[in-house]
Amino acid sequence: MIELGFFYLFSGLAVVSALGVVLSRNTVHSVISLIFCFFNAAALFFLLDAEFIGIILILVYVGAVMVLFMFVVMMLEVNFAGLREGMLQYLPVGGLVALVLFIEIVAAAGSGVFSPTGIPDPGHAAQHVNNTVEIGKLLYTKYLLGFEIAAIVLLVALVGAVVLTLRVRKDAKYQNISKQVNVNPDDRMRKVKM
Amino acid sequence: MSWLDVSITAGIWALEILAIAVPVALSVAYITYVERRVIGFMQVRKGCNRVGWAGLLQPIADGLKLFLKETIIPTTANKLLFVAAPVMALVPALVAFAVVPFGETTLFGVWETAHVMAIADLNIGVLYVMAISSLSIYGVLMAGWASNSKYTFIGAMRATCQMVSYEIAMGFAIVTVLMMSGSMNLSAIVHAQQGGFWHWYLIPLFPMFMVYFISGCAEVARTPFDLIETEELVSGYFTEYSGMWFATFSLAEYGAMILISLLTSILFLGGWYAPLPVLDFIPGTVWLLAKTSFLIFVFIWFRATFPRYRYDQMMRLGWKVFLPLTLVWLAVIGLAIYTPGISDIINFWRPGVGA
Repeated sequence: MIELGFFYLFSGLAVVSALGVVLSRNTVHSVISLIFCFFNAAALFFLLDAEFIGIILILVYVGAVMVLFMFVVMMLEVNFAGLREGMLQYLPVGGLVALVLFIEIVAAAGSGVFSPTGIPDPGHAAQHVNNTVEIGKLLYTKYLLGFEIAAIVLLVALVGAVVLTLRVRKDAKYQNISKQVNVNPDDRMRKVKM
Repeated sequence: MSWLDVSITAGIWALEILAIAVPVALSVAYITYVERRVIGFMQVRKGCNRVGWAGLLQPIADGLKLFLKETIIPTTANKLLFVAAPVMALVPALVAFAVVPFGETTLFGVWETAHVMAIADLNIGVLYVMAISSLSIYGVLMAGWASNSKYTFIGAMRATCQMVSYEIAMGFAIVTVLMMSGSMNLSAIVHAQQGGFWHWYLIPLFPMFMVYFISGCAEVARTPFDLIETEELVSGYFTEYSGMWFATFSLAEYGAMILISLLTSILFLGGWYAPLPVLDFIPGTVWLLAKTSFLIFVFIWFRATFPRYRYDQMMRLGWKVFLPLTLVWLAVIGLAIYTPGISDIINFWRPGVGA
């Protein structure tokens, strides 16, 4: 009973904050709504006893990804009047995409897959079952290959991001910190015999 | 479960939360006092000694003063976020205390088994603390942006870079602890260090202890790393704040400092266990708080001793020194665990997991 109440609370707040992301005029307000939405999604995972996934959602998305999002959004100065100028021009394409998405969602919701019979209630895991241990066992045995491939893809993305953004400017003078740290008084001071 | 049971449980929870939140707020007040006295002692001057006996009422006088001051909201500020930012800075700092185990008790023999003194003894306690403490950045970011001023914004940008960088080193330092303990439950981590100071993770993980504590120092922006509130920024992201809203930010900062000290004691210094098994007659909570107080003293000591880092030096320390160091130590511990011969040595610190 209480659980059901919490489910409706969190899912309702998730929907409201998701609407806030789209409808808010201020981009920073949108980002904050998105953060709140992630929190509610994490709470839904907690209700399903998936505490590891819930906390990882907060740690990775809210704690790291959204910080950088917010960082970028705060530095942008968005010209709202300029954005609204092209509104009519893009309306047909945008409307079409929205219509297709809407039909897809209705079809998916009506297909019976997302119904109590399609997805039966998994019930609660036993008290002694440790979520993290179970996920770890599966990830490092059955799904090891997929896990490693994902790691490689992430590594490639990481190196790619560095390669794309790294600019070494020849004309700029960089400080060599190890040189600065290892300096000794004799290098800087010359004793003159008078 | 009837509604009566639910309300009784909720009432007990409320009492537990108060039993932790009130002492935290009080100790924040008195840490500011200790800080001024200790720094005064180190700089051969008196420190605050006027209000009450030896200046002991000074924090209360300060609190009253801040309380009575006018809260000014700049006209060009984003009012909603300006008011929300201090709250968003304070909430994570306090919420993280929910999983910290303060010791074990049988309630003077009333219970048959020892219960862990924590509001929630979570299986993923370590991850919870990391996740929640990484949220404190939003308060800083929002304060800097909502004030609509160049200085606060630069302060907030510096804070973001600093916290995001040092969080990674801290995370890897914690991973080595998890490899030793085989559990993410904070009380299980303490249990694994039972039996004297030679069982503490301080010994096999000494470099990680240093990395964790110094990164913690950077994470809460204490002195060698306090470039987010330097003089050239006119005190950084909270320049525009006054009165109680300003006090809320310092409450969050000192609360985070207590949390880092508590966690360092739990992860590396054996938590509530005495350094020598002979001394176990002293209650565990006293030991935990003694270790925490010492680490808080070290924080203050740092502040009185070290000059501030330059910004690029600080970034270098996080990314080019601490991160590789933690990765190397991760490999060292991993190899040690799976190398025959050496594993016997390392398993001494891994009761129940190795062997």
